[in-house]
Amino acid sequence: MKRIIGIGNDFRRDDAAGLVVARALKARAPAGCEVLEASGEGAQLMELWKGAEAVILIDALQSGHNPGAIRRFAAHREALPARSFRYSTHAFSLGEAIELARALGEIPPRLEVFGIEGRDFSAGEGLTPEVAAAARALAEEISAIMREP
Amino acid sequence: MTKKKDKKAAKGKTRTIKVDYLARVEGEGALYIRLKGDEVADVKLKIFEPPRFFEAFLRGRAFREAPDITSRICGICPVAYQMSAAHAIEAALGLRVDGPLRALRRLLYCGEWIESHTLHIYMLHAPDFLGYPDAIRMAKDFPEVVQRGLRLKKIGNEIMTVVGGREVHPINVRVGGFYRAPRVEELRALIEPLRWAREAALETLRWAAGFRFPKFERDYEFVSLRHPEEYPLNEGRIVSNRGLDISAAEFEAHFVEEHVPYSNALHCVLRERGAYFVGPMARYNLNFDRLSPYVQDAARSVGMRPSERNPFKSILVRSVEVLYACDEALRIVETYRAPAEDHQEASPRAAEGHACTEAPRGILYHRYRLDAAGAIEEAKIVPPTSQNQKTIEADLWRFIPPYVRLPQEELRGYCEQAVRNYDPCISCATHFLKLEVERG
Repeated sequence: MKRIIGIGNDFRRDDAAGLVVARALKARAPAGCEVLEASGEGAQLMELWKGAEAVILIDALQSGHNPGAIRRFAAHREALPARSFRYSTHAFSLGEAIELARALGEIPPRLEVFGIEGRDFSAGEGLTPEVAAAARALAEEISAIMREP
Repeated sequence: MTKKKDKKAAKGKTRTIKVDYLARVEGEGALYIRLKGDEVADVKLKIFEPPRFFEAFLRGRAFREAPDITSRICGICPVAYQMSAAHAIEAALGLRVDGPLRALRRLLYCGEWIESHTLHIYMLHAPDFLGYPDAIRMAKDFPEVVQRGLRLKKIGNEIMTVVGGREVHPINVRVGGFYRAPRVEELRALIEPLRWAREAALETLRWAAGFRFPKFERDYEFVSLRHPEEYPLNEGRIVSNRGLDISAAEFEAHFVEEHVPYSNALHCVLRERGAYFVGPMARYNLNFDRLSPYVQDAARSVGMRPSERNPFKSILVRSVEVLYACDEALRIVETYRAPAEDHQEASPRAAEGHACTEAPRGILYHRYRLDAAGAIEEAKIVPPTSQNQKTIEADLWRFIPPYVRLPQEELRGYCEQAVRNYDPCISCATHFLKLEVERG
């Protein structure tokens, strides 16, 4: 089972990037591949990736790169760079969920994180143009991964 | 801080303790403490997460949208926002939700308390008492404990999913009731998980009761709801241990929000007496007699008294409330009968409505003024964390002096812990946290 999980908050502009990618992929998911949306709350993410062989997480990123830049991390092998990912809930974040799962031996065999560098995380709806374009490009890239055996 | 510097401090020099990014709290904030010799000269809890202008965002929206829009203020306590919004609008429209629909709302709220409190107890607060920098390092030594916490929290999420439609930002609550009331068999499926959860909650309480708590007490004014029969969730009068006894409609006559230059969150104070304390400690102190006998006995069995004033013991009080929420949720699912209607119809009218409900972190006040067509003309929201800010600062003023000679790092750790006692939800209050201690 493959699980694609888009993370974000629709009401914090570019923070919704992960959700936008997930929505673009939903209709195109082949059998054996599930597409889900999440707020980014750590414990919930740990539940969502339980039992899956391959998990792809998509989230907005704030790491000082150009808005729309896409970065890929093999989280099953190494920790995410600290404090790059913005969360709508800061209490127990994506990075912490991954490390907690690692401490508990609950990391899926393949856990990849795609980050889209955001520009505007203020209150409001809609992605900035460069982030929207990156979301479309990333949806294509992940669509190809979904179809891999 | 070196010993040499400590000596200097004792002579009356200024030093600061700064936490630029408070960890294990919800949102973005900082703590700044200035010491002059061994005296505290300043304490500022700085909240710099930008405010989100939800109150302005609501103007002109239809009354039916308020529960869904406001629930987006917080990913940890969305049910609280839905409940306060729905109740306030129902008050404006003259609706009263009763019977199974009322029980379902209480069940949904129990789900949120289980989820939110368990996250705080296990992931955010327990590492302070067991000497770990975070739950990840704690999990390496205590994997079974952390797994128990995660499973318990998950049952809170399951309630949210069954009653609220999904586990984060539930979508099933509407003015007048629910979009679709769950079927009896859907709730029945929660009985076995809740029986396990109630046992796990009791184990959680016993586990937390073994922690060492710094000695600290203050004479607080606790403020919570009080209901004639129930431990308060959705309804009740706003009461305090200093004689306050008002309805939600009178809130703004007694409470006032003040702007402070260093925080994006308004400080809410009692007009007459200033700082007060909301949340689990307040509810427990004012409503111990409303806990079920089973839960009262459990609290006593671990040595707790009906009045507990040490905020470091809030982890115990949260554990009691998780036990109560599991017990109450179990009672509701075992006795649930599906309602005849999923909701009551609401007709718009020009009116104003107020409500206060007990969010996991304390009373959450909403007021809406509607026009004749049901559009929101004005909205006011006072979240629990903005109400506790002043009390958190006041705790630090009193807590620091006996520990002032401790090495800087240790003192800083205690100060951060004193903030985490309140489980501050800074996202709600703006509304992130960073700690600065200046010694002089």
